[in-house]
Parts: sequence; C-alpha cells; structure tokens
Amino acid sequence: MSGFVTNNLENSAQLRTKGVVRDTHITLAHGSGGKAMGDLIEDIFVQHFDNPILAQLEDQATFDLTHLLQQGDRLAFTTDSYVVDPLFFPGSDIGELAINGTINDLAVSGAKPLYLTCSVILEEGLLVETLRRVVNSMQTAAKKAGVQIVTGDTKVVHRGAVDKLFINTTGIGIIPRGIHISSRNIQPGDRIIVNGELGDHGAAILIARGELALETNILSDCQPLHDLVRTILAVCPQVHAMRDATRGGLATVLNEFAIASAVGIRIEEQYIPVKEAVTGICEILGLDPLYLANEGKIVVVVPSESADLVLSTMRSHPTGKSSAIIGEVTDSPSGIVLLKTAFGTERILDMLAGEQLPRIC
Amino acid sequence: MKYVDEFRAPEKATAVLQEIKQLSQEIDRHLKIMEVCGGHTHAIFKYGIEELLPEQIELIHGPGCPVCIMPKGRLDDAIAIAQNPQVIFTTFGDTMRVPGSHTNLLQAKAQGADIRIVYSPLDSLQIAKENPTQEVVFFGLGFETTAPSTALTILQAAAENITNFSMFCNHVLVIPALRALLDQDDLMLNGFIGPGHVSMVIGTDPYEFISQQYDQPIVISGFAPLDILQSIWMLLKQIKENRCQVENQYSRLVAKTGNPIALKAMNQVFDVCETFAWRGLGEIPASGLKIRTEYAQFDAELKFSFPGFRVADHKACKCGEILKGMLKPWECKVFGTACTPETPIGACMVSSEGACAAYYKYGRLSKAEKSKFGNKG
Repeated sequence: MSGFVTNNLENSAQLRTKGVVRDTHITLAHGSGGKAMGDLIEDIFVQHFDNPILAQLEDQATFDLTHLLQQGDRLAFTTDSYVVDPLFFPGSDIGELAINGTINDLAVSGAKPLYLTCSVILEEGLLVETLRRVVNSMQTAAKKAGVQIVTGDTKVVHRGAVDKLFINTTGIGIIPRGIHISSRNIQPGDRIIVNGELGDHGAAILIARGELALETNILSDCQPLHDLVRTILAVCPQVHAMRDATRGGLATVLNEFAIASAVGIRIEEQYIPVKEAVTGICEILGLDPLYLANEGKIVVVVPSESADLVLSTMRSHPTGKSSAIIGEVTDSPSGIVLLKTAFGTERILDMLAGEQLPRIC
Repeated sequence: MKYVDEFRAPEKATAVLQEIKQLSQEIDRHLKIMEVCGGHTHAIFKYGIEELLPEQIELIHGPGCPVCIMPKGRLDDAIAIAQNPQVIFTTFGDTMRVPGSHTNLLQAKAQGADIRIVYSPLDSLQIAKENPTQEVVFFGLGFETTAPSTALTILQAAAENITNFSMFCNHVLVIPALRALLDQDDLMLNGFIGPGHVSMVIGTDPYEFISQQYDQPIVISGFAPLDILQSIWMLLKQIKENRCQVENQYSRLVAKTGNPIALKAMNQVFDVCETFAWRGLGEIPASGLKIRTEYAQFDAELKFSFPGFRVADHKACKCGEILKGMLKPWECKVFGTACTPETPIGACMVSSEGACAAYYKYGRLSKAEKSKFGNKG
C-alpha cells in the first residue's frame, strides 16, 4: 500500500473534488494513509509530475515492452538516495539533484533515461511550502531532461527521525544496441577526458552551510549529462568507460577505473580544469578539489585515436564547453593513479580514507 | 584569490632549483634538513619537492603535526569526556580518526556521543549559547598557531559569562620540542625549515637559541612550493658560507617579534605545564599549555572525570626514529602493512600531515616501479 496512490484515492479519485493541502506544516497525518495523505499526494506530487503513466493511479507503473525494445536491447536500472544538507544551495537543490543524479547514473552506461520513481521521507514539521518547492524543482528537472516520474511513495516520520526531507529516486533507461561501457574495459593508451571544471558542487555545499563565513559566487554544477553522453556515443560508440564524478570526486573515479581494469592512470595537474575560487577555498580549508563532489561532471575514457574527436564534440555541447583531456592510461603500475604536478614531479593520487565532507548529495 | 598561484609558478621554481643544484655541488656533501611543520611535510609530498632536489639533500619530516603527536592516553580522556551524556564535544575534523587505546572519536560518535566538528573554537561558544542546559567542551589542540584563537574564545566566554563552556586543553609548544630534538645525541641535522604559521604568532626571535647554542641554521618558511624551495636555497647558502642564523623567508607574514595581540591572549589564558607526553617522542618538559587558575571554570579537566592514564606507544612503531630522521617511513616494519591511514598504529600515520601518511598517500610507489612507469610515459 505504499504507492503515491493509496487505496482510498484509487477508489474515489474520480468521484470527489481534487485534494488540496491547506496545512502549513507536514504532520504525521500526511503519512497516515488517510485523506490528508491523499490530498498531499494529489495536490503536490500528482499535479506536478503529471504524466499518463502516473495518471493511471495504480500502485505500480506499467510500461509497454514493445515500445522499450525498439530503443535498445538492455535495461539500465539504478537507485540513489538524496540527503543533502542544506536542501537549497547555490545553483541547485535536493529536488533537481535527485532527478539529475539518477539520470546521470543511467546515462554513464550509455542508456537513455526514461522513467524515474520518487520516494520521499518527510520529517514531521517540514514546511509544506518547502516540499512544494522541492517537488516543483524535481518536475522542472525531469521535464528538461525528458524523463517521467511514474510512481512514488510518501512517508512521514517523527520530528528528528530524519532531517527535514530525504528523497530516493530509482530510474530505468534503455541501452542502445552495440554500446558496451564498463569500468573494466579500459586499455593502456586510452585517453581520459572530463567535461569541465571540477569541485564546484562540493565547494558550493560547503559555502552554503554558512559555517565558514566565506562568500563566493560558486554554484553547484548539478546538471543532467545524458544528452552529452548521447552526443559522445554518436561520434564514438566504442567509448571504453564512463562515470560521473560525484562523491569522492575525480580522484575516486580514476582509482576505481585503475583497479577495475588493472591499469595505471596518469593525469597532469596543469590540464585539469578547476575554477580559481574553488582552488582558493580548498587552499583555505586544506581540501583537494580532485576529491570534491561534482553533480554534473563526467569522466570519459576513450581509445586514443578517438580522443580529439570526442573532445571537440564535447566542447561543442552546452554541458561540455570546458572539456579537457587530462591524462592517459598505461599498463603499469596496475591499480595506481599518478598525478604529474605543475612542477613536473609525480605523486600518487590515492583514494580517500574517509569522506572530506559529510552529506553532500 | 589570485595569490594562490603566485608562489607555485613552475618557471620561477626552475630558476631556484638551478641555484640549489649549483650550491649543493659547491658544498659537496650529504645534507639532512628537517622541516619541523606538518604543513610543510604535506606540501613537500603534495608537490613532489623531494624529487626535484639533488640527491645529496635529504629532507627529514619533523614532529610538527599536532594531531599526530597527541598521545593515546589523552585521546582516551577526550573520548571519555565526549561520552558524558551531558556533554556536546566539539573538535576540529582531523582528530576524528586519531586512535586512542581502544576506539576513536568517530566510533564514539556512532555509539551515541554528541560530537560535532567545528572550524573555529568560536563556533563551540555559539553551540554553548544555543544549548544552555548542556556542557560544551572544545578539544583544544595545536601549536602556537591555534592556541591564540582558543585563548580568545575563553576570554570571550569569560566576558559573556558563559558557564556551560570549557576546553580540554592539549596545546603544545614548538620551541621545547625543537630543543628536545636538538638534545638527542643521535640527531645529525644540517639545518631546519622553520614553521611559518607558528612563527606568525611567536616571531623569529625564539629560534635564536638554535643558531647560538646548537650551531644550526634555520629558515622560517611559507607553505607554497616556491617558498619551500627558496628556504632550502637560503639554508644551503648559510651552510656554504658557514653561517648559522635565523632567517625569515616568510617575511610577507612573519614579523621578528611575532603577533603581540595573539601572544598577549595566550599568556593571559595559558600557563606552561610541567611536561607533555608526545606520541613518538615521549615526555618533553614545559612543552604543553594548561589553562591558568584564573580561568579554571573553563578547564574541562577540572569539570569532568576521565581516566587520565598514560598509554605507551605501540612497540612495533618506529615513529620516534622517523621523527628524528634516523629511519625513513618505509624502513618501519609495520608501514603500509599493519599501519595504514585507515588503521594507523603510530603518530606519523595518523594525520595527512604525518610523514608516514604523506609518504603512504603520495609516494609509496617503489622507485623501481616508478622509473619503469616513467619510461613508458
């Protein structure tokens, strides 16, 4: 009985007037399964996410397989929970993040993202207006990316049991025939490309928390990457590996690549794009931008002969204007990422032992 | 924030390096130079500075990381205070994973202790104001770099009469530690790179004993790679000219007599304690700070009970020898096997500013593997 669509709503939705939430704050009643919950779902979620599959008002979303099969030969399926603090931060918010994050997890398999779920856990006392803003932002992001939110769930827990609002989104996409992207496919000689400046999201969250009394104009880079991926695959279907550099940043993705494919990776500091303001904040706080989170940055590994074409294709796309080739793959040392510093020296770029910052996405 | 790159310009570094090479050829013997400060150690590894230097210059990574030198017993005490249900324990983030005898603050937090990471001791004071029914304890640690800000926090707490705030004081002093190092018979150093941030507070005068009593040159240095290279060049120049002086490379921030306001606040709030047990180095007389009796109401050691035991360093751990430059990190038996940044056994592996952690993180690749890799690249 956990769908957006409760039994009582299913039975009576057509018979009564549209539900409206008049309360200013979320109460336990909004998660009770009764009328208050029905009103919340109808007024906030169904109205915003308006689409034919959701409008069937069943406990589950159903799709026509024939239509899906025309677009590819495999499903991509992923899930992610969003707990970022604060909910709203320069450049984005938890709602947009919950859509783009899951879209990007699908996109880096080469999949075309199609359907998302939206499951929310609300803290008693949350402003209804806050929820409305977040859901509105989710719908805007979904529309922009061309995906539909087709089913969901709402729970309300006692004050203190969660912090304001947590969102889980699960997504399904279709992978076109002939596309085989995997972190285990990387070959010595491959080139490594990123689609722009690194560390913006992590830095923006840090500043938004207001604990540092620093002011900057850094915005989160939260953006959907599936169209960039589609454009890349159109010119280079033989992309070896792709991953979005979220928690743990570029350094973590490269280490995962090096370990998964048992190769060495060598990148050059001077080619890695980082905004000056982000470098400055890292300097003050003793952080490394290469470990800071991103929410709209992709690391692409391609055969060397395709690198220039992929780079120019990426640069001509709106989400890849500052793309750069930052390094290459070698056969040894296996599982190790080396960074060539601006001084021409070389050092290991390791995994972090712990997190640099908590609750960034 | 343009200043950041100015002291990193690789082309300027090449010129300084050329002069360093020239000078070391003229000096023509093996030189051991110790950087005292953990911030320098970190920068040296991060930018691969050792790789740039002529082979005869060896950098020894000294004891200047206040998190690393925190003894296990004091960590146990901090954890015991934090576990008090009445207490909100506030700390800088880098202490969270430092191991005590059995656990660390991160584990204690997971087990229910209210432990919060702050960026400044003044944030703790704010937390105290917002939680008047609870006791807020700040984990005060660091060299003279951080001691003034904790002193000012206590002065502010006194001025505002905030009664639910106190500090667990573990501040240490750099000069007694240097003296203790220099008193070791087996220490064969040729010069020091002096700490930049500490010197912003204490000035350059307190280092005079190093040149006068121990015949060692010292250059107070900034933290950018170019600062460090220039300091090494200044040291070489002193060595070549047979001088032993206190020189100041970081004069853009460090004054000869330090920062009088910071020193005054420190002296007002803190007294030197008889002895402090440094992880890796052992007891060093008059090397720690304690809260003066006038401010006893802000002394967490008087407000709370805690074990107060002294716990010996791990037997297999060679941190003492590494801090004195007698052993290299990889010459310790547990380095990289039992002792890693995830499961640190000794002081040097604890914080990213420790010599072993820095070496593990940035340089653990063997020279052989690296040159093989270099040929392929």
